[in-house]
Order: sequence, then C-alpha cells, then structure tokens
Amino acid sequence: MNEASLIGLCAATVSFGALLYLAALGEMVSEKAGILNLGVEGMMAMGAVTGFMTALEFGNPWLALVVAVLAGALVALLHGWFTVVLGAEQVVSGLSLTILGLGLAAYLGKNAVGRPPGAVLAPVDWPVLSDIRWVGPVLFQQSPMVYLSVLVGVVVWFVLSRTRTGLALRAAGESASTADAAGHSIVGLRLAAVAVGGGLAGASGAYLTLSLTPQWAEGITAGRGWIAVALVIFGAWKPGRVALGALLFGGTLALKTRLQTFGVDFSPILLSMLPYLLTIGVLVVISVRARNRPSPAPASLGIAYRREER
Amino acid sequence: MMNKFDTLPAVTAVELSGIWKRFPGVVANAGASLSVYRGSIHAVLGENGAGKSTLMNVLAGVYRPDEGEVRVEGVEHRFRTPADALASGIGMVHQEFRLVPSFTVAENVVLGAAARVLRRQAIEDEVGELAERFGLATRPERPVWQLSMGERQRVEILKALWRDARILILDEPTAVLTPAEADELGVVLRAMADAGRSVIFISHKLHEVTGFCDEATVLRGGRTVAASMSVPDTDAGELASLMVGSLPVTTERPPAHPTGPPLLEVSGLSALGDRGLPALESVDLTVRAGEIVGIAGVAGNGQRELCQVVSGLRPAKAGTVHLAGDDMTGASPRRLFQAGLGYIPEDRLGVGLAPRLSVIDNSILRTYEAHRRGPFIVADRAEAHCADLVERFGVRTGPLDEPMAGLSGGNLQRLLVGRELSGRPRVVMAAQPTRGLDVQGVKAIQDLLVEAREAGAAVLLVSEDLDELLTLADRLVVMHDGEIVGEFDPTTAARSEIGEAMIGHAAGVGS
Repeated sequence: MNEASLIGLCAATVSFGALLYLAALGEMVSEKAGILNLGVEGMMAMGAVTGFMTALEFGNPWLALVVAVLAGALVALLHGWFTVVLGAEQVVSGLSLTILGLGLAAYLGKNAVGRPPGAVLAPVDWPVLSDIRWVGPVLFQQSPMVYLSVLVGVVVWFVLSRTRTGLALRAAGESASTADAAGHSIVGLRLAAVAVGGGLAGASGAYLTLSLTPQWAEGITAGRGWIAVALVIFGAWKPGRVALGALLFGGTLALKTRLQTFGVDFSPILLSMLPYLLTIGVLVVISVRARNRPSPAPASLGIAYRREER
Repeated sequence: MMNKFDTLPAVTAVELSGIWKRFPGVVANAGASLSVYRGSIHAVLGENGAGKSTLMNVLAGVYRPDEGEVRVEGVEHRFRTPADALASGIGMVHQEFRLVPSFTVAENVVLGAAARVLRRQAIEDEVGELAERFGLATRPERPVWQLSMGERQRVEILKALWRDARILILDEPTAVLTPAEADELGVVLRAMADAGRSVIFISHKLHEVTGFCDEATVLRGGRTVAASMSVPDTDAGELASLMVGSLPVTTERPPAHPTGPPLLEVSGLSALGDRGLPALESVDLTVRAGEIVGIAGVAGNGQRELCQVVSGLRPAKAGTVHLAGDDMTGASPRRLFQAGLGYIPEDRLGVGLAPRLSVIDNSILRTYEAHRRGPFIVADRAEAHCADLVERFGVRTGPLDEPMAGLSGGNLQRLLVGRELSGRPRVVMAAQPTRGLDVQGVKAIQDLLVEAREAGAAVLLVSEDLDELLTLADRLVVMHDGEIVGEFDPTTAARSEIGEAMIGHAAGVGS
C-alpha cells in the first residue's frame, strides 16, 4: 500500500460518504415528521436514471440534477399519498416504492445502458486548497455534490432545530395529535417532509450517474439506499451523527473495491455487512438505554394520524 | 375570604345557553347552560357522564353543538375548530396532556405560536418570565418526559397563557395531582383570576370546589340543574345532593357474612412505577374468602401498580403474593388465572379486551385451551361459550362474530366481568369496574361482585368512588403514596376520616 492509494481510499470515502449522506438526510427529514419511507433505494434509482437521461438529452448536468430531484420527490409523494393522506401501512408502501422505483428506472433507462454520459458534474478544483498535500485531494478536488451535501446538512440541521417549521415538523413526528391541536397541518408537514426526502434521494442517485460512476446500468444503486435507511438509525436521527456515520459507512464502500489491490485477504461480502451490523449494534444500545430515557426515534414514526372523532 | 363580586364589575366572560349535543345513542348535553363572570373561578360540577366534558369541548371548539348559543365576552361565536376558540381567548387543558415528551418545556409552550426563527435561549427566557408572572414553577429548559404530572400540567396552562387565553378551562385538573400539587394549583388559579382572567374548573370532587372556587354550576344528565351558585354561601351537602339528584337505584349494603380462609395474601410488596420511581412501599394486604376488601385513594397512589403486580403484569421489587396459600410472586398472568385469579383491569380496552377481535374471540381469550382440538379452536364450542356468557351476564350485542369495538361501555364491561367471573375464580380483583358506566351498568357490575363474594370468592375492589366502596366493601383500606395508610370499617367510619387518610393526613402517617 502506497501513499497514493491511501489518499485514493480517503477521497473515495468522502465521495461515498456524501452519496449516503444526501439520501440519509432526506430519509431523516421524512422520519422526523413521522413517515418511514423504505423506498429510498427506488427513489435513488429514479433520480439516477432521470438525471442520466436528462444529461444525455440536454447536456446540462445541473438541469439533470434538478430533474432527478423532482423525479425523486414525485415518486416519494406517491408514498406520501398512500401513507399520509390515506393512512396506509408505511412499511408496505415503502417496500412497494423500492420495487416500483427499481423497475421503472430499469424500464426508462433500457436505451441508456452502456452509453457514455451526456454531461458530468466535474470535480471542483479549489484554488490553493486543492494543492495542500493529503488534504487537497481528499477534501478539495471532489464533485460539487460533496459540497452540496455538506450545505444541505447544515440547512437541514438549522431548519429542524432552529425554526418554527422545524419545531412543527418534529412535533408532527413525535406526537401528531399535539401538533394538530397546536394548529399545525399534519398532512401538509408530512407531505412536505416526504417530498424533501424523495428529492434528496433523487439527488443522491443523480450524484451516482452524473459524477461518481457516470453511466447507467440496471441496479447501479446497489443497495446504497438501504444503507442510507440504516444510517438514519445509526446516526440517532441527528444530522451531525448521521454525517459521521456516512463517513464510516462510506469508508466500507470505498474499501470494498480496494481490498484486493491492498492485498488484504478479507471477503468484501463480509465488509458489505458491516454497516448493517453496526446499525443493529446501535439499535441494541438504544434499547438498553431506553429504560431510563426516551428512544431517539420520533415517537410517532410509522403511525398514521387521523383526527379523533367521537 | 374576600368576595370578588363586590370589587369587580360583573362582566360576563362566557355565556352558554340551550346547548344540545347528541352522539350516536347518547344525548350528552340536553339544553345545558353556563354563565361565567370575568375574574372568577367557576366550578362545573357533575357526576361521570353528566355532560361536563362535552359542554366544555363545545366551548373550546372541539365539538360543534347541535343547538344552542355560545357567547364569549358578549359576542356570539360558532367555533369550528379549537384554533377558532383559541383565537377568541379560550384555552383548554385536557385530562390527557397534549405535550411532546421529548421537547423541552419552552418548545412545548411555543409550539402553537412561535417566531419564524427560534433562539433557544430567548424562548426559554420568555417562557420563564411568563411562568414567573403567574407563579407557575417550571424549568423551561427541561424535557417534558422528566417532569412530574403536576409540572406537566403547569406546562399545559402555560401553553394557554402563551396564546393569551383569557378564559381557561381545566378538565378534572386534580385527577393526576398529589394533594400538595392540587393546593398549589389552587393558588395559581386564584392568581390568574385576580389578574382578570376567568377559570372554568371541571370537577366531581366537592372539597376542591369548596376549597377554591367562587361559583358553581351543577350538571346532571346533560342539563344544568343549578346555575352559578355562590360557593361561599352554599352548603357542600347541598351541592352533593344536586349532583347526585335522587338516585334511581341504590345498591343495598349486602349483609355481612362469615369469612373463610385468606385467599389473597400480599406481604411486604414493593414495586417501581413506569418512570422507575418507587410506586409501592411494603404493602401488606389480606383478603379472605367471602369478603370484599375495598381500596380507596386518590388516583396514582399505587393502586394501579398493586393490581399489576398481583396480576403478574409488573415485577415486584420485594415482598410476596400468595394465592390460596401458594406463592405466586412473579408468576405469569396465565398461571395466576389458572390458579383462580379473575382480574377486571382498569384499562378495559387496552388490557382487558381486544377491541378489533370479535365478541367470540374476546370471550375465549382466557380459556381458549378449553375450546380446542389439537392446534385448532373448535368454532362451535367457542361460540356456544360466548353465547352462554352473553346470556348469563346480560350483554347486549350484535352478531357475535363482529368486532368487540361496536359495543357500548357498559356492555363491554359486562362481557369482561362475565368472562373473568364465569370460571368461578377464588380471588377477584376489580379496578375501577364501574367507572364511566350508566346507572344500570353500575348496578349490574356491583351485583356481580357481591354475587362472587356470596359464592365464597375473595374480592379486592379498587375504586375512586368512595360511595361505592362504602356500600360494597366489608373492609376498607386507604392507599397514599404507595403505602397503605389506614384501615376502616365502612359501617362506622366517618367519611371525613377516610378523606383525610386519602390525602395522607391520617394520624401516625408521616407526610
């Protein structure tokens, strides 16, 4: 293992971390409002394919990103319609969304398989900073999506913890009846949160096909949507901890393809299990601590809300 | 005590007249009226089911009345939502608190009306100031889940004040409070009334009404039977008789009865409550065959935990439970049932019955073993068993294979009591078995408990209704703060003495 490959590993860790972070932030916003959306993988695939095809058609990567965000949000609103408006079971609807999204993406993208990208989001080369040894290549020669994910993280943190909208959104996820009695629209808050979640999952997908591996192939999301779902739990629904988790899980993704080049005799399949094992570990810690304090999970997560009528 | 009406101009804050509200099968308000002066504490009195809560929910915009007029400060209103009522200055503190446990006090208070961008320190300071102005002791930075019930209630009151409520409705506010907390609440409410706000205080506890209310309106059967009586000029006994009216059915005290061997023996029992704090402190209790032992006490003084430990739903920290001489400490509910414990839990629909299952399924929840062949339930046998219960215990029900949830409260309870008593249990433990039932339902359930006693069962009856206990119990023990603080003979004990024990003032009890 030489210095260059170690730097490559660190840079890839940040790249994959940002990919997971975007999707996980979206899922976190949705869950904070009380809606579990297990369709992240499907929404990500939709973002990936619509982004790639828009780039093919129009050659503008930023337009492609916007389309991917809208596609993700639109698919997510389907979940929102079923779970928020109709009160359907969130797990069932979310799983359906994953299957639907993967299938629809494969169908839409069948002519794009193997084609070179129409446009890519080229890495940003920060003046001066990018030349710093070690730090430059790892932090300052990344795709614009990496910097965007950090920005989104700060915005999500600020809105959730420092604004009235965030307070109402968290109340909708903790105790919908309380938020309703306080005059907030549960349907409005939850739909908005679900749409934001879908939009960010779509952005994460577009990052994949416009920047990280600029091509389209069926199954390109490769279960990363599921890692994002686990990451929300691992990060205990806190933007900062989710960011740390994203780097950790991103590291396992980066390492997976490099194990053999490093000459390490460890099965990459076992390594792929690591994020889930760590998440289960966190769940155990949460449950043990739950004896004397409430769980960090939103208390109304997964529970449909209907106003009581006598 | 100073009479407020000599010093303040008599401005009417709230005027409700001719309010009708019907629910399927029930008329909750039948022309009820209420008139409240500004700056007064006005009690709305009545028994369970008298229509107090419905009337207040009409005022607070939760229900729309079928008929009648709502006037607030002289202006007629038709509230469509609680938000409408709040905009007119009406705030309601419900019995079940509407608080987000993981939020801080300050976050809960400002939830309904916050600035676009929140600065934690700023809202905590503002909420702290508001609390101080009205003498509501609270800590704005603390998460609500860490607070006592009394403090949570103060947060609810703060929420209403934050929205600038001029008329504050409190629905049975003392039900969850310790006596000391209830006294504090009285002081706070007086401060609010002195500041020109009006307080409507719903209660069925007379001593609180005489303790800190100016006026009282009494409801019975959905109607106002006495409007705006001056509390200082009215005898408590008069209020009581107005509330109760001429009871159409009175349960006769069943004749005393020689008792048999002890069937339920609880000794030195201690347990923790839901929040990990001691809820039971070395409780000793014996119930013999052929007697009813009543447990009196203000809700939340360990009665619930005692029932849970005895029925196997909560672990004991110390002490033992014996059933008919056998040690059953920590036994499973199933083993306890097989050993002869019939349990009528306080939470009928949560613990006692499964509302979405059919009447048949509910009737065999405890005894499905008797209706099976191999791994299968024999449908005919289960149905026959259910039909038998329904007939014997007078349950009025639709088709037996339809969900339980369609039954009325009284019929649900009859089925539950029937199920628990049909196996002729040796020990019957009933928690609040008649709460919320109509007069006939109450009578039916009480008769069943007396019948069980006649048949030689040991009956433990937990109730908040002292009259019920005085009528039915052969012996009466009082629980306070997780301990048994006194034992009384219901035929001779003075109510005042029992009442003192309930609030922890009995002789020889540290408080």
